[in-house]
Amino acid sequence: MSHVLLRHRDIPNLKQLDVYVEHGGFQAFRKAVTAMQPGEVTEQVKISGLRGRGGAGFPTGLKWSFIDNNNWPHYVVANADESEPGTFKDRELMEENPYQFLEGLAIASYAVKANRAYVYLRGEFWPVARFLDACIAEMEEAGYLGDNLFGTDYSLRIYTHLGAGAYICGEETALLESLEGNRGQPRLRPPFPPSYGLYGKPTIVNNVETLTNVPPIIEHGGEWYRTFGTEKSPGVKLFSLSGNVEKPGNYELPLGTTFRELIFTHGGGISNGRGIKAIMPAGASSSVLPATDEVLDTPMDYESVRAVGSDLGSASVIVIDDSFSMDWVVNKTLHFFKHESCGKCTPCREGTYWMMNVSDRITQGRATKDDIALLESVARQIRGKSLCALGEFSTMAVVTSIERFRDDFEAKTRTEEAEG
Amino acid sequence: MNRLLAQYPQQVKDILAKYPPEHKRSAVMPLLYLAQGDKMHITRQDLTDVGEICGMTETEVESIVGFYTLYHEEPGGKFRIQVCTDLPCALRGAEEFYAGLCERLGVEDGGTTEDGLITVEQVKCLAACHRAPMLQVQSGHGLDYHENLTVDLAMEIIDGLRQAARTEKKEAQA
Repeated sequence: MSHVLLRHRDIPNLKQLDVYVEHGGFQAFRKAVTAMQPGEVTEQVKISGLRGRGGAGFPTGLKWSFIDNNNWPHYVVANADESEPGTFKDRELMEENPYQFLEGLAIASYAVKANRAYVYLRGEFWPVARFLDACIAEMEEAGYLGDNLFGTDYSLRIYTHLGAGAYICGEETALLESLEGNRGQPRLRPPFPPSYGLYGKPTIVNNVETLTNVPPIIEHGGEWYRTFGTEKSPGVKLFSLSGNVEKPGNYELPLGTTFRELIFTHGGGISNGRGIKAIMPAGASSSVLPATDEVLDTPMDYESVRAVGSDLGSASVIVIDDSFSMDWVVNKTLHFFKHESCGKCTPCREGTYWMMNVSDRITQGRATKDDIALLESVARQIRGKSLCALGEFSTMAVVTSIERFRDDFEAKTRTEEAEG
Repeated sequence: MNRLLAQYPQQVKDILAKYPPEHKRSAVMPLLYLAQGDKMHITRQDLTDVGEICGMTETEVESIVGFYTLYHEEPGGKFRIQVCTDLPCALRGAEEFYAGLCERLGVEDGGTTEDGLITVEQVKCLAACHRAPMLQVQSGHGLDYHENLTVDLAMEIIDGLRQAARTEKKEAQA
């Protein structure tokens, strides 16, 4: 099957404007602007069943339809802050297939009647931002951006904006705060960005991968997109495969592909002849799954992964082999979340700090058995008490690892007990 | 006198042009990168200069500098070598790689080499998990990724940076 998103793997030099145009580039944008009403564009995306690929899986067309048409101007912001440990898909799209992403952003802007769009990139994507700037300049030159596009009265400009190292800016309201020149701290919601977004104006924030799906959907129609994937999770998905596998990398597969196929067929199995122990399907924010046959044969779609006790999220699949102890894995995630908590909500700020401390004690062999219960108790008390999902995410690996890999934690406390 | 306006008038103008004129504050992050470029850290004067351009107090600008990890308040090396030791990279040996690199450079975690050119530090996920071990080099000119590394390969990159710094210094003296 040829790729829908990673088309650069089928077509050499797709990152050059002329090559992209030669292979049908900007036909979808032209069709949208010249032959479709904005509402019709949104309708096709609704029919496609496309869901947000940043992690939350919210239906994209529905999000667009929430834009408040009584308040102007409108903005669209592409979320290119890709920072979840284990996720590296948006980077490949922007580096290798930039025009399909930018065309998707342009179509989204037309659909919600925005004349100005931003690409918010994490600060570490500095060279990617400079590359996109060059692509945007070429699009302006070629008449795909600017005033009176395709002879209509629609005009659009796209700008890049670099963050400066903060995971939290991937959360859409924190991202908007950052773009406004503030610290990246989430806002209280509602109101949601489609009614109160950038500069207080109606704004749509979509992930890079989500937007890259849009040109083929408009070109071939929403029904076509549903021929991939499952009924409730239609379409293709980029799976970022990392950790202890032979061939880590991005794989574009239909939603509903099994973990086993991804890890063993595409990823070449586990490195160094080790056995597979655990899977984190959504990066550091995952509920950790033991790699049982039942889990390995689970289709990776939003519903099925939830049914076995985790979430698909951004589909950043981290594979852990049997040489690692899960208390160490949890410790790594806690150092991450403690560092990245923005500090706005007390349960998250203080909770991640204390979870990290207790987890350090366990991993360094200084803990008693009570510390396992203490760690779990702190984690459970963080849940449901913060403005955004970061606090929640920081507890996922903790609670599920203690529940599903308790022996690993107890092994670290046994010595002291025996001595005591 | 505002150093940024005096030294980089066109860049400041280009940055401001990206945002609606009534929302100059949005320019604070790119302006801070511009200010940091020369010395690889933000000075008190930079806070004043950036604040003056985008209508913020020094305290407000400093709150931005403190919040984001790619802005540096303290002077460090001319090049910052930032090694990802987060979970996916650590599963592929990044912690051992980092320890080996520190040893070869003769510095502690977060330290700066004796020649004052290289600061090494551990950072969180850089979206390059499939090519671990990896590092990024932050300098006044931006950021670059180096992936699929060994300590030897990393030392070659660092030797290249030192060479570039020497050439630059000679040119400046000439």
